[in-house]
Amino acid sequence: MIITQKKPIEELMAMIGDAQKIAILGCGSCATACATGGEKEVAELKAYLESQGKTVVATGMADYCCMNMGVKTAMKKLTAAGPDAVVCMSCGDGVQVAANHSQVPVYPSNNTMFLGEAVRFGLFEEACHLCGDCMLGSTGGICPISRCAKSLVNGPCGGQKNGKCEVNPENDCAWIMIYRRLEALGQLDKLAKRRADKGYEKVAYPRTINIRGNK
Amino acid sequence: MGMLEKALEGGKFGVTVEMAPPKGYDFTEQMEAAELLKGKVHGVNVTDMQSACLKASSLGLCIKLKQAGLDPIIQVTGRDRSRMGILGDMLSAAAFGIDTMLALTGDHPTVGDCKQSKPVYDLDSVGILHMLTAMEATDKDCGGNPIEGGAPSFYKGAVVTPVYDPLPLQINKLRQKVEAGAQYIQTQGIFDMESLKRFMDEVDKANIHTHIMAGIIPLKAAGMAKYMNENVPGIAVPQDMIDRLAAAAAEGKAKGVKGLPTQLGIEMAAEMIAKIKDEGICDGVHIMAIGAEKNVPKILEKAGLTIE
Repeated sequence: MIITQKKPIEELMAMIGDAQKIAILGCGSCATACATGGEKEVAELKAYLESQGKTVVATGMADYCCMNMGVKTAMKKLTAAGPDAVVCMSCGDGVQVAANHSQVPVYPSNNTMFLGEAVRFGLFEEACHLCGDCMLGSTGGICPISRCAKSLVNGPCGGQKNGKCEVNPENDCAWIMIYRRLEALGQLDKLAKRRADKGYEKVAYPRTINIRGNK
Repeated sequence: MGMLEKALEGGKFGVTVEMAPPKGYDFTEQMEAAELLKGKVHGVNVTDMQSACLKASSLGLCIKLKQAGLDPIIQVTGRDRSRMGILGDMLSAAAFGIDTMLALTGDHPTVGDCKQSKPVYDLDSVGILHMLTAMEATDKDCGGNPIEGGAPSFYKGAVVTPVYDPLPLQINKLRQKVEAGAQYIQTQGIFDMESLKRFMDEVDKANIHTHIMAGIIPLKAAGMAKYMNENVPGIAVPQDMIDRLAAAAAEGKAKGVKGLPTQLGIEMAAEMIAKIKDEGICDGVHIMAIGAEKNVPKILEKAGLTIE
């Protein structure tokens, strides 16, 4: 899931500026789970904007703000109400999709933080850097690209202290976690081989994947 | 062939010393220390912004040292440069006759003094060693393109932390470094001979064949030792050493004499070096004097060590 965090409201208000009539688009997937763009947060933002003298002309939800077709439909309804600006309460991708379907400015209410999981409600951890060449099969299902602060692929640096990372002592050293997991799985042999350098050619962005066979 | 390669590959006891470039562009102090070290060590490691604190680059001071007749060892981390950046600098290093290097991952910018700097880590220490080994074997660069006039070759080194839990993970990485082309290894600072011996036993058991040089950090005060124990990964100064330094400080205060703890630190470092050499515990020592490089000749003299 894409983990988002609300921007400070002052930052959003500065973006909105003099725009008077506002429409709000929420997202029914990740941003709902992160409590940054679900129906509840849309209602809260509406009430806040009205308290600041703005007119909220329409609100709406897309099941997934990252799905072009659904957003197109939602944005059609919102823009029909004639807003001066739209606030999109999703991740950065959703904001861009919404902006593609708007004649007026679309502003993000969130910062897009990382790809990770909800460990439990309200607690999110980063777990994947979208590196394009997954190596979890050889690391006991723990990702060194995202969980090691240096994305090291051949084992730990010398910076751990009592099993904790030099960058953030709250974090466990990813490579010690990998070692313990592989030990438990009886797969320590997977540590022995040097990992082939996958390079960065595959992550030259922006990337497109087409499994349709045509556009 | 550089002095360190000649010594270690010739079965001699290797001696290297570490030196940091200044945070500035006046290298006078470093060059003065270098003059004192000439003929007394096999190489001078020049750090690559150690502790992620901005300094003049390793390459610059290495060139100066080379021109002054010393054998510089260029330290290379993956923190600030991509593989292209590193390889370009290595070609420049070779153009100045620098032929010995040491690969490290590099401390993260967030622990240093320019915290906004982008961490690169295109290659880790193993990746850097492998890139150079592949270049030497194929005369090609990191993109597989021919290098005009053929590739330079380097005597390649890496580091290891003997005091580490879980140790098998460190031994495993050591093996990867050696397999990737490391020909010698310098350790994190060692203060306890027993832990060094235990580590050397593990290296033997793992069937890893390389030249290991024990890291020696001359202590200057009890406070320094305590600070390192608390803050520097892989450092474990035994309590009795800390007590001796504290006693030296108290004695100095009582007698009104300055510098007793530093003197004791020099003696303790010399004792360790002599013991390592006499007992043949490993193949050499790497002295990290942390700004007090001018004391290194005194340490070597007290240890009765002259280079061959």
